[in-house]
Amino acid sequence: MNLELLGITVLWVFLFGYLIVASIDFGAGFFSYYSVITGSKNITHRIIERYLSPVWEVTNVFLVFFYIGLVGFFPETARYYGTALLVPGSLALILLALRGSYYAFSTYGSKDNQWYMLIYGATGLLIPAALSTVLAISEGGLIVETAGTITLDWSALLGSVYTWSVVLLAIVSVLYISAMFLAYYAHKAKDKAAFEIVRGYALFWSAPTILASVLVFFAISRHNPEHFTKMLDLAWMFVISFLCFLIAVYAVWKKRHLGLGFTFVLLQFAFAFFGYGASHLPYILYPYITIHENFTNPAMGTALIIAFIAGLLILIPSLVLLMRLFLFDASYVQGNRDKKG
Amino acid sequence: MFHYDPVLYSRILTEVTLAFHIIFATIGVGVPVMIALAEWTGIRKNDRYYTLLARRWARGFVITVAIGVVTGTAIGLQLSLLWPSFMEIAGQAIALPLFMETFAFFVEAIFLGIYLYTWDRFKPKRHLMLLIPVAIGSSASAFFITTVNAFMNTPQGFTLENGKITNVDPIAAMFNPATPTKVSHVLASAYMTSAFILAAIAAFSLLRRKGDRLYAKKALKLTITAGLVFALATAAIGDLSGKFLAAYQPEKLAAAEWHFETQTKAPLVYGGILTEDKEIKYGLKIPFALSILAGSNPDFEVKGLDQIPDELEPPLYVHYFFDGMVTIGMFTIVIAALYLWLSRSKRASKPAPRWLLRVIVACGPLSMIGIWLGWFYAEVGRQPWILRGYMKVAEAATTSAHVDTMLLLFCLLYLVLGLTAIKVLSKLFKNNDVADELIAFGVFEKRGPLE
Repeated sequence: MNLELLGITVLWVFLFGYLIVASIDFGAGFFSYYSVITGSKNITHRIIERYLSPVWEVTNVFLVFFYIGLVGFFPETARYYGTALLVPGSLALILLALRGSYYAFSTYGSKDNQWYMLIYGATGLLIPAALSTVLAISEGGLIVETAGTITLDWSALLGSVYTWSVVLLAIVSVLYISAMFLAYYAHKAKDKAAFEIVRGYALFWSAPTILASVLVFFAISRHNPEHFTKMLDLAWMFVISFLCFLIAVYAVWKKRHLGLGFTFVLLQFAFAFFGYGASHLPYILYPYITIHENFTNPAMGTALIIAFIAGLLILIPSLVLLMRLFLFDASYVQGNRDKKG
Repeated sequence: MFHYDPVLYSRILTEVTLAFHIIFATIGVGVPVMIALAEWTGIRKNDRYYTLLARRWARGFVITVAIGVVTGTAIGLQLSLLWPSFMEIAGQAIALPLFMETFAFFVEAIFLGIYLYTWDRFKPKRHLMLLIPVAIGSSASAFFITTVNAFMNTPQGFTLENGKITNVDPIAAMFNPATPTKVSHVLASAYMTSAFILAAIAAFSLLRRKGDRLYAKKALKLTITAGLVFALATAAIGDLSGKFLAAYQPEKLAAAEWHFETQTKAPLVYGGILTEDKEIKYGLKIPFALSILAGSNPDFEVKGLDQIPDELEPPLYVHYFFDGMVTIGMFTIVIAALYLWLSRSKRASKPAPRWLLRVIVACGPLSMIGIWLGWFYAEVGRQPWILRGYMKVAEAATTSAHVDTMLLLFCLLYLVLGLTAIKVLSKLFKNNDVADELIAFGVFEKRGPLE
């Protein structure tokens, strides 16, 4: 494997990590707020908070890591995406800032402030919508370069079926992933009442997720036929993804093997996400930036890979510790351990 | 009003974001060290007061961390949105520390999450150990990100020809001449400022005559002692920074000191104003001091602005930033020393005078203002360069429209975040009375002695 392929794979793995942890986080925020306005707060809110509180900070780092890595490995992305994305990027940043802060205000400060919960619940759905437009832009046709000036074609962006299908997919899969995780977590906590509610959410959002995925396939075949052809070459990955989806939903339906069920949710998205990513190569921004022509200089490429390996040696044990303490510790999950000091 | 100029608006937006972020970044670097100090003192002296101190600080700290995280994410991405051409070069030469900063940040985030939720799951000593990765993570991320800023001041480790970068040496770029003084000054001043902010809180509760006085007194003694040590370190490193500037960025030092003509036995100008024909009025001139600051020797020749082409001269108002920063630093040292002298064991029975407590309360925000002034001085002092000697600010800014609208939106965001944070934090401490917590903690049985 050459350095540039290794680089983009590393970044794609981290983006996948962000996709999962952020989906759980964003969706949980929404469900949390939803449970408050529908009066079932006492049942589901506690279980959501117990999981989210120790990990929310880590979620953000996945995104920063991806972005810094992208600029590091492929510096020219900074100029293209940076110039074109000023407005959508800034809006996404403002939403992220509001969500992160109001999550903390609501969890550690004013516990019963409904406004704070509304802000972090609502922004949780707007952020995936805003961030997913970058995926649409990367397909080309929306960033125009004329005489060295890079601009984003807003009417093309907002008028594209592909943009809206990606946004739709982002929102429904956030709710689906999050509900599937919470069902697993509530089941583990032996919290029957909460489990019944989030299980309902999970089953409810499973159908729209698959429908939206089909819509994305259809839209990309119109928007970027070249990419679509490459996706057909990797069709087996998307088929496996669909099978994983069926197994995961079946597990939740039968209320059995929920841990395994959530693993299949992970696999479902992993196959779809890596299939999508692999077929997108070699382009990072179609047709301007490819991983081969726009890779950083070899000295920096090597240094980044070394730093990455060294970083992982610290990161993986720390993440394992975090998960053992808060995800796989039955007594903490069931709420028997004392909470924050 | 303003003619639309993306360079100007990009500069203002970056300044506003950094100025807001730096409050929380400074607290984020310094407070974990102070929490560790308190928890360790609690274990060492077997004194539950200090443990409670650590708990209460940690509780407020989470709120500030949240804002630090989100504004840090904002500035990170804004670099590419507002300065795309700069980031393209930085991406090739300096991506390594940027990348490593996120790892440090990762470690800090993970262990802070663990620390906050395991007060009752681990034995005190083991729980304290969890703070080590938090403090190392926050200081390491300050270290890495400051090397990036140091690189902008003294770029090295690459060759730039016709906009193309070659011969990149990531390690040389990271460990550039500005790195040692910049990093150590940033770290020491962040520890110092956090100590004084916590001291201000303790002095405030002593002044209000509410809550548990013994608790507040112990807090004040601990924070003031730490504050004095860190302030002295900051001043000593500041002196080294002066020598660094004389050697590598003489124009920045000359602009700060209104030093127009190259000379030996150069005097240092304190305060004063500059007239239109560059005459200094009302300033206090300290003979030889600038030569001593720049080269430890009165005969040291200090380069003046006469050797700098006019179009590369930094704005001369940085003098006020420099003087303000130094004054605040010296002032906090004097106040901290005075308090410790007055409260030394022989006369410990006498309470500290109220005026002194009031001044200590002021020292908290003052130190933060000192941080701001120092950064303004460091950043404005390298104008017109974004990469000194390589790339000017105007060449690096985005050409995108709508920077002005984004500026407005972000200002609104920071206003809302700032106000809510103040509200939430003050409510948090009002709702948790120290005396009640001490009882719950089993330190004494009913409401404790107020004096």
